[in-house]
Amino acid sequence: MTLKEIKSHPILKYPSRKSVNFTFNGQELIGYEDMVISSVLFLHGIKTFGHHPKDNSPQGIFCANGQCAQCTVLVDGKPMKACMTPLKENMKIESCEGLPSLPADDSALHIGDPSIISTQVLIIGAGPAGLSAAKILGSQNIQVLLIDDKDRTGGKLVLQTHKFFGSQKDVYAGKRGIEIGKILGEEVRSLESVKIWLNTTALAVFRDGLIGVLKDNKEYILIKPERLLVATGAREKMLIFPGDTLPGVYGAGAFQTLVNRDMVKASERIFIVGGGNVGLIAGYHAIQAGIEVVGLIEALPSCGGYHVHETKLRRLGVPIYTRHTIVSANGKEQVESITIAQLDENWNIIPGTEKTFECDTVLIAVGLNPVDEFYQKALQYNIPVWVAGDAQEIAEASAAIFTGRIEAIKILKDMKLDIADDFDKYGKLEELEKKAQIMKARPPKPIERDIPEKMEGIFPVFHCNQEIPCNPCTTVCPQEQIETENQEITTLPYFKGEKNCTGCGRCVAVCPGLAITLVDFRKDPQMPKVTLPYEIATEKLSKGEIVTILDNSGVLGQFEVKRARFIPEFPHTQLITVELPKDIAKQAIGVRTWKDHKVEPLETYIKAPLPDTAIVCRCERVTAGEIREWIRKGITDMNQLKAITRAGMGACGGKTCTSLIERLFREEGIENEKIVKNTKRPLFVEVPLGYFAQGKSKEE
Amino acid sequence: MLKKYDVIVIGAGSVGIPIAQYCARDGLSVLVIEKEASVSQGDNKHAIGGIRATHTQRAKILLGLRSIEIFSNWKQEHGDDISWVQGGYCYVAYTQEHAQLFQNNVKLQKSLGLNIDFYGPEKIKELVPGINSDGLLGGTFSPSDGNASPLLAANAFYRDALKNGAEFHFNEKVTAIKKNGTTIETIITDKAEYSAKWIINAAGGYAKEIGNMVGLDLPVAPTSHEAGITEPVKYFLRPMVVDIRPCTDSVFGNSKNFYFYQNNEGQIIFCITPDPPYFGHDREETSRFLPQIAKRMIQLLPRLKNIKVRRTWRGLYPDTPDGAPIVGHVKEIDNFINTIGMCGQGYMLGPGIGELISRLLRDKLTDNDQIILKELSLYRDFGIIEQLK
Repeated sequence: MTLKEIKSHPILKYPSRKSVNFTFNGQELIGYEDMVISSVLFLHGIKTFGHHPKDNSPQGIFCANGQCAQCTVLVDGKPMKACMTPLKENMKIESCEGLPSLPADDSALHIGDPSIISTQVLIIGAGPAGLSAAKILGSQNIQVLLIDDKDRTGGKLVLQTHKFFGSQKDVYAGKRGIEIGKILGEEVRSLESVKIWLNTTALAVFRDGLIGVLKDNKEYILIKPERLLVATGAREKMLIFPGDTLPGVYGAGAFQTLVNRDMVKASERIFIVGGGNVGLIAGYHAIQAGIEVVGLIEALPSCGGYHVHETKLRRLGVPIYTRHTIVSANGKEQVESITIAQLDENWNIIPGTEKTFECDTVLIAVGLNPVDEFYQKALQYNIPVWVAGDAQEIAEASAAIFTGRIEAIKILKDMKLDIADDFDKYGKLEELEKKAQIMKARPPKPIERDIPEKMEGIFPVFHCNQEIPCNPCTTVCPQEQIETENQEITTLPYFKGEKNCTGCGRCVAVCPGLAITLVDFRKDPQMPKVTLPYEIATEKLSKGEIVTILDNSGVLGQFEVKRARFIPEFPHTQLITVELPKDIAKQAIGVRTWKDHKVEPLETYIKAPLPDTAIVCRCERVTAGEIREWIRKGITDMNQLKAITRAGMGACGGKTCTSLIERLFREEGIENEKIVKNTKRPLFVEVPLGYFAQGKSKEE
Repeated sequence: MLKKYDVIVIGAGSVGIPIAQYCARDGLSVLVIEKEASVSQGDNKHAIGGIRATHTQRAKILLGLRSIEIFSNWKQEHGDDISWVQGGYCYVAYTQEHAQLFQNNVKLQKSLGLNIDFYGPEKIKELVPGINSDGLLGGTFSPSDGNASPLLAANAFYRDALKNGAEFHFNEKVTAIKKNGTTIETIITDKAEYSAKWIINAAGGYAKEIGNMVGLDLPVAPTSHEAGITEPVKYFLRPMVVDIRPCTDSVFGNSKNFYFYQNNEGQIIFCITPDPPYFGHDREETSRFLPQIAKRMIQLLPRLKNIKVRRTWRGLYPDTPDGAPIVGHVKEIDNFINTIGMCGQGYMLGPGIGELISRLLRDKLTDNDQIILKELSLYRDFGIIEQLK
């Protein structure tokens, strides 16, 4: 049996894996030890993990992040989250059909008391913000406990195979997220006063100042920190549309987890909803993984993400439909197609513009919400607390690195430690805050940029045309000939030309936007050599191959690869050199190995069920229609809405539906101030009762 | 101009809503004033949903029996599903003392028409599959008791009250009560002023504060209990299981009884009584609750170790010295009636009390009502303690 896995990838290395046997619904299958069950099932093309007890609707992966419970399967008879449970030899896995039975396991449990431990600082979340904060606190010898619910540090950086923006000096710009995660992790691990607990989920912040965590996914421990830093990141927003809970509809985070972390070929054909950075990058990641991107829709008149991300995707032939929305995801047991339609100026669907595309996955990338429950609770309970990263404000990972540092310095200040000397090492607080603000800023409109007129010598051509915080090209040039205007991080780069360009290609390789080329007129002014960045083909390109060269508006022609090389420092960006006629040499920016191939919509579109049949609360299967009805009857207290409809009462605790319900209130004309928000209660995720009754495990 | 009502009820919770509902049904004009944003947002929503007549005080048994009739017939009579399940209550005995207590109680309970018996361990093991049989001496089972969703029930009663013409003012707080001699003239809120023939104090955890506004020192003090709910699993547990053994816990605090049941959704809902009680209005979750109760639940029913806890919360029990409510007129004021001090049972006693108050206001009290009002009088001897708090 061929497993649906990604064996070759331009960036990622296929890991060594141990095969083990397991059964799914009685069928004997092979999977990889310690890979989470959801990914193992995807390897076999199994995307439906069970059926909901309320309406028998198919259930599958949604968050892939341990936050919802939609991926529940029975593991040796016990209901478990497939996305958080590693596969072991001979596991008996069954789909969860309706309500599970509680195993009649009446063996006595060794009863004990959870430990209560203290620490100077507890950091929840070992992503870019948490790690950056731990690094500063640890270097001051502060006793830090850093916890994370995943099996590795780095947070969502471990999913980011693309190169990061920002500056090299401050935030490792030009390096890939996965590399940055590794560097930060190693730096923190080397600090003696920082203890890292992985597979440790924070469950609750309690009134008495204690924080309940589940260590190693099994040992309940109460932590009493003197100070708390919440760096819990973000959760993805959803949309409400018929078919929104079908297996195959999920967020970019889930997609990247399957594809980039576990190297599972989760999809053959994907459709992306949302033209922000997350959606655009996910599209790029899909293509790198050999997955066809059928299209991308954006409701606004233009994509909100970085222009370089958008053009990267367009150059790869992905159709981007702006002013379009999703009408429905269609399919019986899983996604079979998507229906989209064009929007008018009032955000209404223009009848007759509906189109249906076949696809097996609909990726929703419509923004993020901060995971700030712990922060809010800690504030409420007067626990000394700080918040960094996306939990503070949604922004790029590079901004999270800054805010992690800033909050760490604030914690040090609060501890009244004499650290004035060390401030220079990290940068002054005001300076850091200024930089963080720059990283958080929304990208402005792209600028029309003239192509340099020069037709001699060798020099880089900059195709970036949007003032975003990014300048690694200015620091890699060995001749120090690249500068941004006024040397600001957000301004556009240019070639000074005071000294000669050596043609080293480092600027081409480092650019996160793949937006720099080298043009060399020296040998043949009529057919200059052009060096372009390339990081798609799973097989590297080699000399003599014929490739398609593109500019940002389309194909320029087919050309032979004259040289293909790597710079050791940038091992995943191949530099491809071709010879192009001089009139197009400076426009060229993209390399592609296949011909244009656009997926056409079905001849007749699939008519969607009424919008009110869409599910808003996926745990309790509450529809938009039901919620609208109560809103129209005058309910403005979300607690009352919950009491009546059960929306928000499910396993996930309203993590997804709360913002959707707020949206429905807005759509029904209820102002935000009039809505009474849900009371938040622990636990953050569901935990077996037995874990609260067990003492310290024996081996410790 | 002041708007005048027959009845003003302070509090739209477990007790206030049924009072409004029955008074309105019986033709009285009713205004309910509630400081929270909607119904049941005080402590009604913190109730775990048990409904029983298994008490040791006559008044509570009578009110409980009538309330059960109302809860159990609600869907049939009004169409709203309130998740009523007639699963019964099972008090388990592991000590001779408790076995004796239960057996003595059963006599009184049966004499008042309660369907209850004391059974040996075999029957209890049948009712509670997997129960720890080590030392199990038996227990009571009262199959007519049950449970329903406080959230759905409160909203259903509320809709019925609205249908019958009761008015509800939310986000409005009573700030003062103006008396003229021995009569209350007006109720002053942060928004307006009202007057009524009768003022009902149904303010739950804040009943004492309302009492203070009319110069009464009511013997009600809120204590808090924490509760939790699990994921749903297939139905396996019929009754509410109550274990009244005390438990010492040097780390997370001692406790008295604890109890749990499986609701209509398949979820286990559980609650414990801390010892000593936590006094005050704090409703925020503590770190003690889960370690405290998990040990006890798993020792009693080991298979619960595998069920996942979904959520916990903390709510108020407006406690009285003897564990019974205070219902009825006060000597000092002609038109002020208390329906307070429900000791955590406002939800299960509410409908019975609602009907009784409506009869009280219309001079239609029955003999049982007279018994109840006498037993629940503010002027009773608070020395006889409810055994099954």
